Amino acid sequence: MITFDQTTKTYAGGVTAVKGVDFTVEQGEIVVLLGPSGCGKTTLLRMVNRLETISDGKIMIDGEDSMALDQIALRRKIGYVIQSNGLFPNMTIEENVMIVPDLLGWSKKEKKARFNKLMEMIGLSGDKFGKRYPHELSGGQQQRIGVIRALAADPPVMLMDEPFGALDPIIREKIQGEFLQIQKEVKKTILFVSHDIDEAIKMADKIVLLRGGELMQYDTPSEMLVRPKNEFVREFFGKDRAIKSLSLHTIQNLREIIGLAEFDEAITDTKTINVHHDLRNSLSMLLNQEAEQVIVSDDNGNKLGAITIDLVQKYLHFEIKAKPALVQKG
Amino acid sequence: MNKKKVVSLIVRYSVYGLVALFFFWAISNHYFDYIFSESTTFLLLVKQHLQLVLVSSLLALIIAIPGGILVTRKSFRRAEWVVSNTVNLGQTIPSLAVLALMISILGIGFNTAVFALFIYSLLPMYRNTVAGIDSIDENLIDAAKGMGMKPIQILLRIELPNAAYSILAGVRTAIVLNIGTAALAYVVGGGGLGVWIFTGIQLFDNGYLISGAIPVTLLAIFVDYLLRLLERLIVPEGSKPPQEL
Repeated sequence: MITFDQTTKTYAGGVTAVKGVDFTVEQGEIVVLLGPSGCGKTTLLRMVNRLETISDGKIMIDGEDSMALDQIALRRKIGYVIQSNGLFPNMTIEENVMIVPDLLGWSKKEKKARFNKLMEMIGLSGDKFGKRYPHELSGGQQQRIGVIRALAADPPVMLMDEPFGALDPIIREKIQGEFLQIQKEVKKTILFVSHDIDEAIKMADKIVLLRGGELMQYDTPSEMLVRPKNEFVREFFGKDRAIKSLSLHTIQNLREIIGLAEFDEAITDTKTINVHHDLRNSLSMLLNQEAEQVIVSDDNGNKLGAITIDLVQKYLHFEIKAKPALVQKG
Repeated sequence: MNKKKVVSLIVRYSVYGLVALFFFWAISNHYFDYIFSESTTFLLLVKQHLQLVLVSSLLALIIAIPGGILVTRKSFRRAEWVVSNTVNLGQTIPSLAVLALMISILGIGFNTAVFALFIYSLLPMYRNTVAGIDSIDENLIDAAKGMGMKPIQILLRIELPNAAYSILAGVRTAIVLNIGTAALAYVVGGGGLGVWIFTGIQLFDNGYLISGAIPVTLLAIFVDYLLRLLERLIVPEGSKPPQEL
């Protein structure tokens, strides 16, 4: 758990980068710091592991004032991932991943076992990649290594500064998905900086939207999309925020609440979509094809019914907008 | 085989040919005879030469590398401008002028020569140390700090290994230059193989000239080769620059 209590950052020149920010990141949650560039999101993140000093207010980690802890010990308990992956070119992949355990004095055996386990998590072979150097890996692989390096000593808290920002869109989406899978297992308390709205909606349990160092809104993605607190939040998420909010709901959500339509056997060339896909994808599929319906199937390929534009619209109006978030992330 | 390879092979073998021709010419004119007929003197001169190079290079190494490390520390950053310009100044004074100046302070002999060579070796070593450390990606240092490395650990595990290639290149340049420049030690009575070179010049005696100059050249080539081997051993695999050619 990370608690920000009137946290403020003022630089020597008198510029205030973060102004009295208050919020709490609950145990096991991903909170995304979102905002335009220069809004203070990276500064706020770096104040947690004291790469930036705290000018005023407090940051508490699991109830302890971060200023009261030893700076080096504090940082070793916090995983840290940066955009450019920060892998050390002079060390092998295994040495890179095992830096913090090494600093903490783990035995060789413990380190080896941990390394192999972490590599397994991201689907890479520890034996094959352990002795390689970072420059021999692809960008996506390097970033995955950067992530497991932060997980190496099993820290309760992780800080991620635009970790997937430098990757191309296809790889980024894949790694985001992988990371959410890993998070389901490890349940870390994560503070995540992003400037990408879609990434924030996908990754976040809650979003902190900042402007000029001030907290604009702290809410779940769906609340923020449906009920923006002020004009800035509304503008920031854009006119298509209703469509963006669809990506938070799956066909399964819709099916449970308002049910699917009967599918028309007469139409032969309709496409099929899995029930766990989100509604945003479903809508774009509906718009892309001429038929009015797309057949919904479950994981075994059984046809459950059909989805239509009307149904999506109905769900949007009566469920997403009317009720407070009942979002299940898929 | 591509064109580039052919050209490089032709150049390489023409150089070998010229070198062989030179040695044939020199040997057939008995220009190396002094090395054998006055071998005691020759060995003494070689010993002096090596001492000059060794002492001055070691001194420069001890001052320049820690100096370079020091000015790249955050708290000493401001001193970098002053230090770099002072060291640069040392390099811009012609080597003969440095020698002449030192005579008025230290008198004539070995010490003066060593001091001048030391001043001369400082810049390449210092500059490459600073450049090597400065060239390390800021993000790496940030990541290291963020993971809880202490400043000394960052220096020893991240900065020095990644700057090693640049630092060693500076050391190599300095020492190889030093071997050549040490021939000037003769001018201040510092001994070394320069004694034969200058004697050769003054007496128009190619024998002395070549018996002095060729060993200096071979020494420089040999030391360069040794230091390259050392480089290969010390610089970590992942921080080596991409292979040339």
